[in-house]
Amino acid sequence: MTMFKSLEELHNRLVKKEISCVELTRSFIDHIDSVDSQVKAFLTVTADSALIKAAEVDKKIAGGESLGPLEGLPMAMKDNMCTEGIPTTCGSRILENFNPPYDAAVTERLKAAGAVLLGKLNMDEFAMGSSTENSGYHPTANPWDLESVPGGSSGGSAACVAAREVPFALGSDTGGSIRQPAAFCGVVGLKPTYGAVSRYGLVAFASSLDQIGPLTTNVRDNALVLNAIAGHDPKDSTSVPFVKPDYTQFLENNVKGLKIGIPDEYFASGLNSDVAEVIQKAIRTFESLGAEIERCSLPHTEFAMPAYYIIAPAECSSNLARYDGVRYGYRAEADDMIEMFKKTREKGFGQEVKRRIMLGTYALSSGYYDAYYLKAQKVRTLIKQDFDRAFEKYDVLLSPTAPTTAYKIGEKSDPLAMYMGDVYTIPVNLAGLPAISVPAGFVDGMPVGMQLISKHFEEGTLYKAAYAFEQNTAYHHQAPALLKEVR
Amino acid sequence: MSFIDKYEMVCGVETHVEMATKTKIFCGCSTEFGGEQNTHVCPVCLGLPGVLPVLNKEVVNLAIKAGLALNCEIAEFSKFDRKNYFYPDLTKNYQTSQYDLPICKNGWLDVMVNETNKRIGITRAHMEEDAGKLVHNGETIMTSSSSGVDYNRTGVPLLEIVSEPDMRSIDEVLAYLEQLVQIMDYAGISDCKLEQGSVRFDINVSLRLKGTEPFGTRTETKNLNSFSSVRRCLEYETDRQAEALDDGEKIIQETRTWDEGRGMTLSLRSKEEAHDYRYFPEPDLMPLVIDRDWVEGIRASLPELPAAKKARLQSRGLSEYDAGVITASKAMAVFFDQALAKIDDAKLLANWVMGDLSGLLKTNGRSFEDSPVSPEQLAGMLTLIKKGDISGKIGKNVLEEIYNTGKDPETIIKEKGLVQISDEGELEIIVGGILAANEKSVADYQAGKESALGFLVGQVMKATKGQANPGLVNKLLKEKLVQ
Ligand SMILES: [Zn+2]
Repeated sequence: MTMFKSLEELHNRLVKKEISCVELTRSFIDHIDSVDSQVKAFLTVTADSALIKAAEVDKKIAGGESLGPLEGLPMAMKDNMCTEGIPTTCGSRILENFNPPYDAAVTERLKAAGAVLLGKLNMDEFAMGSSTENSGYHPTANPWDLESVPGGSSGGSAACVAAREVPFALGSDTGGSIRQPAAFCGVVGLKPTYGAVSRYGLVAFASSLDQIGPLTTNVRDNALVLNAIAGHDPKDSTSVPFVKPDYTQFLENNVKGLKIGIPDEYFASGLNSDVAEVIQKAIRTFESLGAEIERCSLPHTEFAMPAYYIIAPAECSSNLARYDGVRYGYRAEADDMIEMFKKTREKGFGQEVKRRIMLGTYALSSGYYDAYYLKAQKVRTLIKQDFDRAFEKYDVLLSPTAPTTAYKIGEKSDPLAMYMGDVYTIPVNLAGLPAISVPAGFVDGMPVGMQLISKHFEEGTLYKAAYAFEQNTAYHHQAPALLKEVR
Repeated sequence: MSFIDKYEMVCGVETHVEMATKTKIFCGCSTEFGGEQNTHVCPVCLGLPGVLPVLNKEVVNLAIKAGLALNCEIAEFSKFDRKNYFYPDLTKNYQTSQYDLPICKNGWLDVMVNETNKRIGITRAHMEEDAGKLVHNGETIMTSSSSGVDYNRTGVPLLEIVSEPDMRSIDEVLAYLEQLVQIMDYAGISDCKLEQGSVRFDINVSLRLKGTEPFGTRTETKNLNSFSSVRRCLEYETDRQAEALDDGEKIIQETRTWDEGRGMTLSLRSKEEAHDYRYFPEPDLMPLVIDRDWVEGIRASLPELPAAKKARLQSRGLSEYDAGVITASKAMAVFFDQALAKIDDAKLLANWVMGDLSGLLKTNGRSFEDSPVSPEQLAGMLTLIKKGDISGKIGKNVLEEIYNTGKDPETIIKEKGLVQISDEGELEIIVGGILAANEKSVADYQAGKESALGFLVGQVMKATKGQANPGLVNKLLKEKLVQ
């Protein structure tokens, strides 16, 4: 089953009774057993409950009931999405023993769609990081090169899809955390419009930036998963009541006349030349398909990174204040209440989390608020306006997803160097726009991702462009060597 | 030189009012008081990882209503902010509140103090969530080996009403607070059960030398929940500050707590180490845009407020004092108005409402809200008195009968044969009989002993079981005695 082509193919096999749902589920569990000791994408594997769920689906099939497009299909979720009764650690020791008493909205929706949860996926602690080396448990490996990082913070989600441990997974993206690991692992990752997918039950990192999205091996699968998870949720006040289309209707392999802008600022210094070449080639592919390509400018791009590193830590310093050992999770022993707070947080949080809490606390403290937080919000407005102006002319903006391919585990010890890996993805979060990363080629055997950005709620346009590109290239057909060995 | 001559107090009050919604401000949990610990809770109000707040629209309705009742401007654009600080009774370690853009601002209240009108400014009123409650297993936090937290109160909606530092005497403070609470009660913003902590006051007070402009250093005493505590606290704190100033000491700007048992304020923490709350806009809630139709709709639904009601009752012939007593309690005022609709004699009604009925309710530990005598029944009884069907004295008995049996006054009078005897012919016979039987008293009266008349009246009343029309009895007796 490891070389399945698509969700549709798996669905058809179930419907035609070529395989039972239990067999299908077991084959993915077996595959996880054989490769995850190397990839280490999972924090929790829920084999038992998955098989029970699969048996229920088999009963439906036997009873002649029709199946939804995701029904009976295995999947996994980043460990920052709440799953009732199943550990949800957020990659942090401080939530080691936390079993939420409720489901996240996306969990509910996937359950309703009949998808079978195989487990919870590794991530940088509280989604802070760009490599999944900052997990409180263990780093995850890139299936294309086990010594390289899968990217982050949804590294577990990207790696497990790349290693075909599940056909699809959910990640979350605060500054590029779906797109960057998707690029590093050679899979399709979509960060939906802010407000398109409910954040209810997503353990918050930076509330105004976080968004949940699907990681899949191809564009159609991605659209199918978005169909299941997108839509208004009254439990999330920032969720937008919009008319959700069937996203698969945009997959038409035709980009004639599509106006694509290429922002100069995304091709400046810092971009690896080999990666640049791959993206240039991708641009030529679009050109050959009849898209209209034009260079453009997003003049405030250089301020996105500093603004992000004020806003995200500010929100996280507040969001993470609740982890104090009083109500749930890890509690350190201490003589009094204040000491207990301090020790719990000192021992429960990792370095990167503490660094950002400190940054955010400082940026919000009186006397510095205007100089940092307020200024960052103003920059955020300028960046939004850059995009608004660009989208008056273009349907889609195209850029590299990340300036390099995946680097070696342990290679980047300087946090600032690590932060630069998200330089092309961060502006999108600040503006709340949708963006997708699709496999666009390889450099030295490692995948390169291309990022497409569109207007708010224009995920359909992204799928249309990405699908056309995919149908006219073969990168997504390649699989990591790891799988060939397994096979 | 006494304090009164030397210093003037400057006082402002922050009032926390628990709003009378059925559910909490950001989730669907019940706001009911009491209940088993941690039973009115859900993942949202417990602040579990991943949960999000959803604003209860009824809270906004009540905040707008309160703002209008306090003559405030209602902001067209308002938002929620996070106030960050660590404490175990706070589930998220931040409180969702409103900082720079509160829903109501720039209002005022007129209060009467010593027969002069005083306008107290209302700086702002904003919405926020309440915190939980620490439950110590010992006597105090210091002597307990452990403490639990009850989160039932977490997320109960609060309106924090901040006054200007406009009050210059304890009487002004009390007049302001009493009127404020009355208005919250009348407008249905809160149940105003002070004893259950549904209204709490933080008192900011400083002294300055009389005739000087600049404010002195103030202290803030937190969480007072009765008018008497406020009065005692202010007496104590102004004395304390005056003594310190007289001794040449500096007042420290600090937060203090009121020790009810010892009758004194105690230092809680100094402002030097005051929290930096790191306020910033709550990213989980959308800004609140309030259109004018919404505000006008609520304005139209505002009930008559105490000041207006008092003025109306005075125009119906009540004294200022009577109108004040009746409007002081919403329940009494509502009862009064319902009765007034049935009997057009405000003065008579006021006497009975404030006198006999109040007394009856009080002895039985009840209130006007659950009075067994309905406004219609009282009005009906008073109508019978006015018509002369019964005397005022019988009225008292009838009222008690209504109270005990719930029967209508007419029924009671019929059943008990209490109808007043106003038939002259019938009374003449009775009076004649009494005169014949009491020759000595007749002689006394005719000899100039006025008190004999009273005795004779009493005898007639006794013979008629109190049903004789007293005026008529008097008249008939006098006529016969001079014959
Ligand atoms: Zn609740």
